[in-house]
Parts: sequence; structure tokens; C-alpha cells
Amino acid sequence: MIDAYKRVMNLEEPPAPRATKGFFTDASLCIGCKACEVACKQWNQLPADGFALTGTSYDNTGALGATTWRHVQFIEQAKANGARQEQRWLFLSDVCKHCANAACLEACPTGALIRTEFDTVYVQQDICNGCGFCVPACPFGVIDRAPKHGQFEPGTAHKCTLCYDRLKDDMTPACAKSCPTASIQFGDLGELQQRARRRLGELHARGESEARLYGMPDSAEAQDVGPLHAFFLLLDEPKAYNLPDLPRLPRKTMLERYAWSGVVALGAALVSALVFGRRG
Amino acid sequence: MGSNMAENHPVGFRWPMKAKERGATLIHVDPRFSRTSASADLYVPIRSGSDIAFLGGLINYVLSNDKFFREYVIAYTNASTILREDYVDAEDNGGIFSGFDPKSGTYDNSTWAYAGPEQEAKEDAAAHTGHAMEGTSPAKHEPDRDETLEHSRCVFQVLKRHYARYTPEMVEQTCGTPKDLFLQVAEVLTKNSGRERTSAICYAVGWTQQSYGAQIIRAAGILQLLLGNMGRPGGGILALRGHASIQGSTDVPTLFDLLPGYLPHPSAVKGDETLEQYMEETAVRGGYWSNFPKFMISLLKAWYGDAASQENEFGYQWIPKLTGDHSHLSTTAAMADGHVKGFIVFGQNPANGSPHAGLQRKALRQLDWLVAIDLYETETAAFWYGGPEGWNPADIKTEVFILPTAGPPEKDGTFTNTQRLLQYHDKAVDPPGDSRSDLWIVYHLGRRLKNLYRQSANARDEGLKSLTWDYLPEQVDPRWRITDEPSAEKVLMEINGYRSSDGTQLPDFEQLKADGSTACGVWIYSGVFPDKNMARRRGRTPDNYVDPEWGFAWPGNRRILYNRASADPAGKPWSERKKYVYWDATARKWTGPDVPDFPLKKAPNTQPKPDGTGVELHSGSDPFTLKADGRGWLFAPSGLKDGPLPTHYEPLESPIKNPLYARQDSPAVKRFPRPDNPISPTGDPNYPYVATTYRVTEQYTSGAMSRWSGWLSELMPEMFAEISPELALARGIKNLDWIVVSSPRARIECRALVTRRMRPLRVAGKLVHIVGLPYHWGYKGLVKGAMANDLVQLSEEPNVYIQEDKAFSCNVHRGRLK
Repeated sequence: MIDAYKRVMNLEEPPAPRATKGFFTDASLCIGCKACEVACKQWNQLPADGFALTGTSYDNTGALGATTWRHVQFIEQAKANGARQEQRWLFLSDVCKHCANAACLEACPTGALIRTEFDTVYVQQDICNGCGFCVPACPFGVIDRAPKHGQFEPGTAHKCTLCYDRLKDDMTPACAKSCPTASIQFGDLGELQQRARRRLGELHARGESEARLYGMPDSAEAQDVGPLHAFFLLLDEPKAYNLPDLPRLPRKTMLERYAWSGVVALGAALVSALVFGRRG
Repeated sequence: MGSNMAENHPVGFRWPMKAKERGATLIHVDPRFSRTSASADLYVPIRSGSDIAFLGGLINYVLSNDKFFREYVIAYTNASTILREDYVDAEDNGGIFSGFDPKSGTYDNSTWAYAGPEQEAKEDAAAHTGHAMEGTSPAKHEPDRDETLEHSRCVFQVLKRHYARYTPEMVEQTCGTPKDLFLQVAEVLTKNSGRERTSAICYAVGWTQQSYGAQIIRAAGILQLLLGNMGRPGGGILALRGHASIQGSTDVPTLFDLLPGYLPHPSAVKGDETLEQYMEETAVRGGYWSNFPKFMISLLKAWYGDAASQENEFGYQWIPKLTGDHSHLSTTAAMADGHVKGFIVFGQNPANGSPHAGLQRKALRQLDWLVAIDLYETETAAFWYGGPEGWNPADIKTEVFILPTAGPPEKDGTFTNTQRLLQYHDKAVDPPGDSRSDLWIVYHLGRRLKNLYRQSANARDEGLKSLTWDYLPEQVDPRWRITDEPSAEKVLMEINGYRSSDGTQLPDFEQLKADGSTACGVWIYSGVFPDKNMARRRGRTPDNYVDPEWGFAWPGNRRILYNRASADPAGKPWSERKKYVYWDATARKWTGPDVPDFPLKKAPNTQPKPDGTGVELHSGSDPFTLKADGRGWLFAPSGLKDGPLPTHYEPLESPIKNPLYARQDSPAVKRFPRPDNPISPTGDPNYPYVATTYRVTEQYTSGAMSRWSGWLSELMPEMFAEISPELALARGIKNLDWIVVSSPRARIECRALVTRRMRPLRVAGKLVHIVGLPYHWGYKGLVKGAMANDLVQLSEEPNVYIQEDKAFSCNVHRGRLK
């Protein structure tokens, strides 16, 4: 019966699951060259987002968006130490985290957002109806809707595909391929996580005490959204890189929020009863 | 130092990053805290233009603390060589060396020579300067030496005295570098040099684009020789070239005073009327350059083929002779004065990419015709209607032709990169429309000119008529739409050289002859195409990190020059850790992972042959084979027009008086004292800040290629000036405000980027502010903006004719131009 339905509807078998793929982005190796941003836009044929100087260090990209899937952050830190100035310029190439429990995927009512055979999160453009539920759902502010005027259907959701088309042909995603210093590493998630632990140990041994991993299994940030399939090595607190300490899944906070809505509704009812009740 | 490698060579910077992972210490000395500083272990601020004071300070530290590599210095450098009695050091003469003629502003270098018999003085006087044939004179092969280094006139003692005042305190005074940071650099560097360890110094145009750029590099050379860091793995001075194949363009070359392979261009001023006179004037006895006649005659044979014979001086008379300085900047000045009629620019954009860009544009309008060959319509091609002057096109007489050209994937050819490595690349796609490769344009221009002059009986056209010009492939490649594309491999085959009689390719430059039996386009490249295209090789050699089968490195596929110095005088590696090229006593030859840069079978204990020629005059432990005396030159008796030892001078425009000498700036600099090229006096209150120009990763040189790409332009969309919060406060400027940056030459407007990465430095008791100006913008392309090069003055470093845009005076105001 199901087979007959599939035949009639011309439905293909989904591809068999493959090894989980991901990115390990190591801020301690990033030199801020933005090759990843350009390679991503070139491979995915994403348009330029306009030409404006932001005045925020060398970051003229600003944020991830519908047509910007890699974003190199530039964080200038300086503090006086006696007569000497201690100074750091931190770089990090931010990207969609391809969460194990992806909030966008949960929020999507049409099934446009799917989990691929590589365990990555992907938006099917022919199914997305542009409802936008995924946008506020993402705790990292990654996914975004296409602007009114542009090459994409206005309103449809877009984000990093982890170069799904390249993965299909066993190719490395464009950003990782172009990274000159191996700050962006691509591979099997388990192996990347092992490499990251080793790397962290090296940095700690070298005295980089503030170095930490972000998005590993069993970490605070993985509590809701699960391990991040694109995870990071940071040289400062997550908030220095504009990353949440505790990314929440909307589903997990639903009861709490309904409760608060109830409280607010009750409060509003009470106030209106008090204000308008007297007149009655 | 003088390089922002992470930003301007990000792909190459992966190797310093890898070295850092393996425990190397990265130090960045720079006026700005850049992306390179961010990745370095130690960032050291320095005032723009004070590099020689800093390096001189390091040399003094090494000498006065006895940190030099004594065995290396005595055996491999000219430290022990004794100088003439009448040599006067700048230290004893207010900053000027003996031999200076204040009238002409030039040096006669005869007093800089090694002590010895008088008859060799003539050869000293003929010393080559500038780019050509470095280290060829003096011809003293066995000069007086004192290996105890005690003789008061030996190079070592002269060096010691010359740098004695370059103390850490003086460095702090002059460079604005805190003393403790300077000492930290000195300690890291000296600890990391010697038998077991080596250090490398990378530089780029941050050094060269100063009025004493060649001397800064010399200072690094002295330091590296003293520390034993030359000719050894992990050592050296690495010039990071600013464009793809800019190394190739000096090798082949595009410079007015050179013939291919660093041969000096014949000059009417020097009296090179005949081949014989030229040969006599150029010839040297000692060192590998003694083979010069073979290179020259083979070059003439490559150019003129069968038409070049003993009878007609191998066509020597067909080469135009130099009549003076025809460098880019001198030509610009001449052009502005109406002395130049036509101008062909290949992939160059002087209207915003060259110094004093306003003068460059003014010069262009004096032309009758201009041919601009580039991927896009550049500022140069559009000067007649697009510039900030707002000229009326009807007033411009220049006829402008634009020839669209092909990008790298649209043509075959080689790149010669920073480490002299030639790599071949194949065409992937036809260029669009009427675009053609540079090679196509040059070849067909030559072909048509030859055709026009084929009937000429005029003697001066013989050269053009005789030129070998056979570069079309035997078979047209059926894959391409463009069917008359010349073969880049045929050009490379001519560059490699062949036997004149039967056209067989030569295996290397050792085979070249001075009798006309061989032809070779660029002698240093010989070996790139013996029987196959070696530049095409992509072989990985297991267990050999040098990877000798990847591409081809000139000369003769040597990856490290002068690598004989990686072994001790007896031919043994200095240490197991730094083992590289060494003497194999059993096989009786030099061996190692690299091609030995030394006569292969010359034993370490070989004695010099006093009556021989070339490298026969060297012993088996003289590694610097191109030098007449086979030694590394701490002191340069010839080759430089502005002094034998690097000396700190202030930039032509400076906020302070020279703290070290009475002489303010380099005495031998060529200036252009003209009304449209005003220079600000020392300490000018109207222009109190130090400006420096540079590039950022996101854009490329004058932006002629990158500002047409939306993906690059969105990343760096507007011209800006980087200033410190202190300067911003003093001038009432907020981040992103419009500001006007002015110099005596021009005023430009741009946005302010206020950042802690810029910091004022305390120099000679004065707070000196530095203003950072990227030079990528112009008036064409997707993003436009003011041109930093409008602010730069016209001047020429005397050896290589380069401008000074890394340190000049400026002012900043809040507001806009109108």
C-alpha cells in the first residue's frame, strides 16, 4: 500500500544516512582574511549586501543573514597595563551551528527545513513558504528571510547549507577549502571533536588559559540545542563573540512562557476590571 | 618588519602560523597593530621611517654583547677585511661618508674599497649599482684580512664604531619603541640564532618604499650575517612580493636599467658605445658574475638569432642605450612637462596607484596617446573624464585606447613567486569578447610592427627586423575560440636557452657560451625547460621537506641561496638540527635535500687560485659565490649609491630632527624640486603627523581588479584613515566622521576609523601621531573613494628609484572638502 502510494506520488527513498559532518572553527588560528566569506558567496552565488562602512573595526559584514552565511567577527580589546598597552584583536568566522536539536527545524511548519543524510540542517527552497517561524526560533540569530528585492523569492528562509551540493560529491565546503590557516576545519564530527579537545589541551599548556570550546557534547551550551555540528574554539567568553552562554530551544521554554502570558493576561484583566469596572 | 604578512600575503602566512604551532616566536614590528600583530607573540610599535635605527640597535646589541656567531662571521663574511686608510665613516662626519659631492648629491665610492694594491681601484670605480649584478666589485679577491677582528680598520671594528651609539635608549628616542620591548626582541632573536637555531626576517614594501629602502634591507643583511642566519634552513631575509609574479617582473625584467637576469642595461652615459666597451665596463674577474659575457652574448643570440654574429657585435647596436634616469617617477615628471608623447600601461594604474597621483594625472593629459591594458577601465584609462579635478573632456588632447586583457585563468603562463619559484598554470577558459592575453597583445603588436618595417632600409630598423618573433604554436589548440594565441611555453623555451646550431634545449646555465653558439633569454631561469617544462612539475618528494620536484626555483632549482653556508668551513653541518647542504667526504661532493649552491665537487679545503677567474678565486669555504670575494658583505664596498653602511636618516618629511646625526635625511636621495611637488620642512606645524600608506586584505593594490567585485567591495567599501583615540580627541573627531587629510601636495576626504590599534609614540621627547591610509580607492569601480597617493611626494631612493610613501607628513581635520 505504502509502496504503491510512493510509486504514484513519484516519491524517492531518502538517501541513506552518512557520517555526521561538521565544522570546527578555531579562533586561535583565524587571521581575519575573510576568504571564507568570499568563497561562500562565490560558490553559493550569493549577492553582495551593499557597500557601507560600519566603523566597527574591520567588520563591514555585520551579521549572518539570508545572503551572508559566513561572517568574520573582529573584536578589538585593549587595556592599559602601566605604561604599556595590552592589546588583542580577536577574529572568528561565525556560521550556522547545524545544531543536533535544531530550533529552526522544530519551528518549521512546512517541512522545508530538514536534516540531511550528513546530519546537517538544510532549507528546501521549493517547500519554504516564507512564514518566518524559524527566524525567531534560532537562538543564535542565524537563519534569515530573503529581502524583498534580490535574487531569492522574497521572504524565504536561507542559511548555510554546509555546502550540501559539495558534500554530495565528496568535496570540502567552500569556506573550509579556502581557509589559508586551517582555522575552519571540516570533517566527521567525532573526529573534529577529538581534534578540538587535543587543540584545547595544547593551548592551555601554552598558557592560553582563556581558551575554551563552544558547542561540544555535555557542555552548558549543548543542554538544549544539543552538540553543535559547527562548533568553535574561542579565546574569550562566548559573549565576547556575541554567542549566548545558554542557547535555549523555544520548545523548552514554552510552559514558562505560557505561564508568563497567563500572568500578564490575568494582570491585564485585573487592571481593566479596576479601571473600567468603576464606570460600570 | 615592514610587512603586514597576514593581511597582504594571507596564503603565505599559513607557514608562519604553522611555525608558531611548532614553537616558533613570531615578532611583528610595525607602526600599526594589524592582523599580523594580532597573530604574533610579540607586537612592537615603531615610528614609520625609523627602521634603520631599530635594526642598527639590534646590530649594536649583538656586537656589544658578543652575541654574534663568531666562527660563521670570520669564515663567511668580510668582517676581517681591512678597509682603506682614507675611508671616513658617517659616524665621524656628521652622517655623511667619504666621497660625497654635495653639488651633485652623489657619492664617489672609491674610498669605500678594501685596502690593497692600487691597480684595482679602476675596477672599484666601475662598481655596479642598483639592481644589476649585485656584489661584483671590488675585484680584490685576497684583500688584507685580520681574522682576530682587532685591526682598527677591519670591517668588524668599523661596524662596531658605526653602530655604537644605536643603544636601546637611542632606539626608544628615535623609534618610539619602549626600551624593554626592544630588548625583548634582541634577546629572542639572539637566543634563536647560532648553531642549533636560525631566525628569518620577512619584509615587504614597508621597507622598500622609503627614501633609504635598500639600506634598511642591507641592515637586515648585516644582522642576519652576524647571527649566522644566511644560507641556512629557517634563516634568511624574505622579500614578500606585493603582486603575483612581481618577482618575475624584476627577473625578466620590466625595469628600465636592467636587461633580463640582472644584467646592466647599456648606457650612453657610461660610454657603452660598442659591445667591447660595454663588456669591458661591465666585466668582473671574481665570483660567478665573471661569466657575464656568456649570459650577455646568449641573450643577444636569443633576441636576434641568426642575425646576431661576431661581425655585427651580436646585434649589440640594436639595443637602445640609456641616456639617464628613465624610471617610472622620472618619466612621470618628464611627462608632466610635456616631454613624453605616448604611454602604454600594462596592468598598471598610476592615476591612483602611483605616488603623487595628482601629478600622475596631470602628466597623462600632456600625452598625445595613452594605451591602457587592463581587465577593467581603470582610473588611468578614465583620467580624462573621471578624476577629482573635474576636467572638461573637451580640453584633453590625449587619445585613450583601452585594450581589455585576460585574467590568469584565461591564459597559460608562469608565476614566479616570492621564493623565486616558477609555477606554470594552464588556461581554463577563453577570455570574454575582445579581451586578449598580455602575451597576445605584445606578440601581435610586435608582429604588426615588424610587418610595417619589413621594407625599411633604415639602419636603425634592423633590430626590429632581426628580432626573433616566432611564438605561434605549431598546432592550434582546438579547444579555444582564440586561434592566434602565441604559445607561452615557446617563450619559456627561449628563456631557458638552446643551442644555436640545432635548437636543442640547454640543461642549465653552466652550458652557456660567449661565442654565439648558445642562446638564452634569461640566464638565471636556464634549466626551467631542459627537455620538459619543469615549472609544470607538481611532484611531492617523500622524506624531503624541500620538495625539489615541485615547480622550478631559479637558479638551477636551488631553494635556499648560498646554502654552502649551512655547513661549517670544514663542510660539516653546523648542527644535526640544522643539517642542510654538507660535504660528503666519501663521494667527494656536496649533498643534501637541496641543490648545492656551490661548485659540486669543490672540496671545503680547496685553496683559492690567485691567477684564476670567477669562483676559482674563492676558497672551498667561501659560500657567497656571486660576490667577488665570496664573502657575505657586512660592509658594502660597492653596489650602493647612498653609503657602505646603513645609517639612520629621517624621512624626507619628518616631525623631528635626526637624533643621531647632523645630517637630517639621506644625502643621495633624488628629489624633484618643482612647484607641484612641495615638501614640508622638518617639524612643520602645518603637517605635524606621520602618514603611512598600506593595503588591506579585502582590496588589491589600486583596486583596479578588486573594486569591480561586489564580494570584495562589500568587505571594504570606503576609503578611511585609521587614527588613535588620542589624536581623535585632540582633533575633535569621532569614529566614522568625515575628515580631511592634507599634505603639502593635496587634500583628500575620507572617513575616520578611530581605533586603539593606532597609538601615538613618544619620539625625541615629542608625542608623534601616526595616520594610517589604505590606498585602494579611486573614481572607477563599484566602490569609490579618495586616493591616498594624491598626498605622497615624488622622490627617488637612489639605488632602485622608489618613492617614499611609508612615512610623510600630514594633517587631519574634521569635516569635508566642500
